[in-house]
Amino acid sequence: MMQASVISLRTPLTADVCRELSAGDRVLLSGSVLTARDAAHRRFADTLRRGGRLPVSLQDETIFYAAPTPTPPGRVIGSIGPTTSGRMDPYTTALLGAGLRGMIGKGRRSPEVVEAIRKRQGVYFAATGGVAAVTSRCIRSVSLLAYEDLGPEAVLRLEIVNFPLIVVNDACGGDLYEMVLKIARTND
Amino acid sequence: MEQVREIPCHEITETVRRLFIAANTELPPDLLKAIRDAREAETSSVACSILDQILDNADVARRESLPLCQDTGLAVVFAEIGQDVHVVGGDFSLAIREGVRQAYRDGYLRKSLCDPLSRANTGDNTPAILHTEIVPGDQIRIIAVPKGGGSENMSGVSMLLPAAGWEGIRQHILQKVAQGAANACAPVLVGLGIGGAMETAVVLARRALLRTIGDPNGSDERLRDLERVLLADINALGIGPQGLGGRTTALAVHVEMAPCHIASLPVAFQLQCHAVRHMEAIL
Repeated sequence: MMQASVISLRTPLTADVCRELSAGDRVLLSGSVLTARDAAHRRFADTLRRGGRLPVSLQDETIFYAAPTPTPPGRVIGSIGPTTSGRMDPYTTALLGAGLRGMIGKGRRSPEVVEAIRKRQGVYFAATGGVAAVTSRCIRSVSLLAYEDLGPEAVLRLEIVNFPLIVVNDACGGDLYEMVLKIARTND
Repeated sequence: MEQVREIPCHEITETVRRLFIAANTELPPDLLKAIRDAREAETSSVACSILDQILDNADVARRESLPLCQDTGLAVVFAEIGQDVHVVGGDFSLAIREGVRQAYRDGYLRKSLCDPLSRANTGDNTPAILHTEIVPGDQIRIIAVPKGGGSENMSGVSMLLPAAGWEGIRQHILQKVAQGAANACAPVLVGLGIGGAMETAVVLARRALLRTIGDPNGSDERLRDLERVLLADINALGIGPQGLGGRTTALAVHVEMAPCHIASLPVAFQLQCHAVRHMEAIL
């Protein structure tokens, strides 16, 4: 199930790139991603529902579900890591419809989101949760894009280098957590 | 009459400030040992790589005084207050709250508290979640527990039928771990509180997480058996670190129990993520 080799990828992720990825693949991602979590998702979805314009185009973008700690003096960013993705599920289909291609978080997605990722030919990656001091070393620059008033939940643009990820949901509907649970049930 | 000892509020504030900054940057030695032991026992390359990242992260966080996790948590405080202590120079609860405010400001910790409905951030990570207990003596013991949201969301309390018994509890917890371990940043520490009133069970589960990892329940032979059996059952699930497969789904199971109503069987379970952060001091 697991592949030992590691695939190096650069954003933007396109449908062609995503079609090459399978659940269980290990990836080192470089390039540019957005951060957005609960409150920003709620605003994105409200804006789309009203037919408004998002503060940033989501076309072929990758969203990292994350809100860093405040940046101490002399550093690029504080500690940063994935939050639980399932809380973003109610908004994700709308965002994929607005052009979103990749997502980085941790934990399981709903069956609706797994299907929406397949249809969009997108990808959902898991990053390791709880290793935010080490993960901060993959971030080379940070800039504020939108929603400054949300404090830690503001939308940021991050430039990342060799961020270690694993493909959970792929463009064929594959689901790594389901694969693991299936093996678990077989062993029971 | 016992001598009354005075403890000034500013000492309480300074202690709380120091504890929350330290707890967010340093993992306790018992936890590090448990993760190293788990790393030795793992065979899957993904599981090994995740446990290596966790150990590496603990090292970087400690050396560079960076938070271990971006979720620096709600500030949960357990305070055991000696009955011969007189707190002077202010309000005890406000002193705790001020310590939390200063820790999250000065330690560059994330403020993760918000209004439940508007979701507006309170801005300084207060109020603290404060549990107080009056105990014998003339000291105050303060335990700072930064509590992250991801694993908290995978925790809960259930009022089982008394007929469920141990087997019912076992099945219930196995199901909750299977559903929640990936979201809760496994390997988890499982805290179980059985019995009491509903809120007793929850506090027992929370307190169970503060025990030295892997130390068996000190008071009840039956609970020691339950802890051992449940840990083996959970790790046989194969869910593994971060839910990506492996032998280490839980590092330990800690069970605490209290008598309950003849009609009830409250069971609270806390799936605590691998960053089991807590730090304490005695004043």
